[in-house]
Amino acid sequence: MSVQAFFAMGGYAFYVWTSFGLTLCVLLANIIIPVIQRKQFFINALKKKR
Amino acid sequence: MFLVPDPVVRFFHRMASPPHFYVFTERLMPWLVIIFLLLTSAGLYGGLYLAPPDYQQGDSYRIIYIHVPSAWMSLFIYVVMAIAGAIGLIWRIKLAEIVAISSAPIGASFTFIALFTGSLWGKPMWGTWWVWDARLTSELILLFLYLGVIGLYGAIDDKRVASKAVAILALVGVVNIPIIHYSVEWWNTLHQGPTVTKMDKPSIHVSMLIPLLLMALSFNVYYLIALILRVRVELLQRERNSQWVKNKVSENKQ
Repeated sequence: MSVQAFFAMGGYAFYVWTSFGLTLCVLLANIIIPVIQRKQFFINALKKKR
Repeated sequence: MFLVPDPVVRFFHRMASPPHFYVFTERLMPWLVIIFLLLTSAGLYGGLYLAPPDYQQGDSYRIIYIHVPSAWMSLFIYVVMAIAGAIGLIWRIKLAEIVAISSAPIGASFTFIALFTGSLWGKPMWGTWWVWDARLTSELILLFLYLGVIGLYGAIDDKRVASKAVAILALVGVVNIPIIHYSVEWWNTLHQGPTVTKMDKPSIHVSMLIPLLLMALSFNVYYLIALILRVRVELLQRERNSQWVKNKVSENKQ
């Protein structure tokens, strides 16, 4: 199977790749948000101490 | 409690203590990430490359590898949230309360993914983005339940009170779970019946089934990772005046 045929998904490229792309974005957001919140917590806590 | 072996009981007692949970999950995290990456790459390779196209739906069916596991997760996380909420309500275990509320955004995300990918699958196969079919409607109600839980928790300032309110809402909403599961059998509508969770043999070929189960496992591990990250933040915020958090801050150990 060629790379082009793989990405064409038998003519359903738009539906398949939009689904996978959106899933990736949502799942990444659920990781990034708490990581930022933790960093923010430590920054604020250190500020208060000083 | 004599039915449960002693080390197991001790493990759960220690895990219910916030500082212990914080340190333990920190060490657990790299292993979870490795398992998640292995499962996901194997599942995607099997599902997108190795598995043959469907004889009716062509390659469009490959959306199943995220659609179905997401839909399973949306139900599973809801049940976890309701049980954790109930435990928090009955035994006042702070960590259970936090697990309940931290599950809500992750469950809402999976519900949203299930609905959105379902829509993208429905357009080429059914010819429509959306129908008011029993399965689709009950899943949409599940999304509103999750959003209701998040909104209610945010609206009450005292987080212990908020946790109680949220737990009751989550428990009431549990009636929706069997409705979603059996909707395709009770109402004969557009959404197809179950192909995997049938009492007899699943009506899906093994080359398609294995990647599907791998993706389901991968999403379970993902839930654990995302849950731990959120629980840790919530623990820090709720316990910000306690000594162990102050120690973490002065060590600047994130």
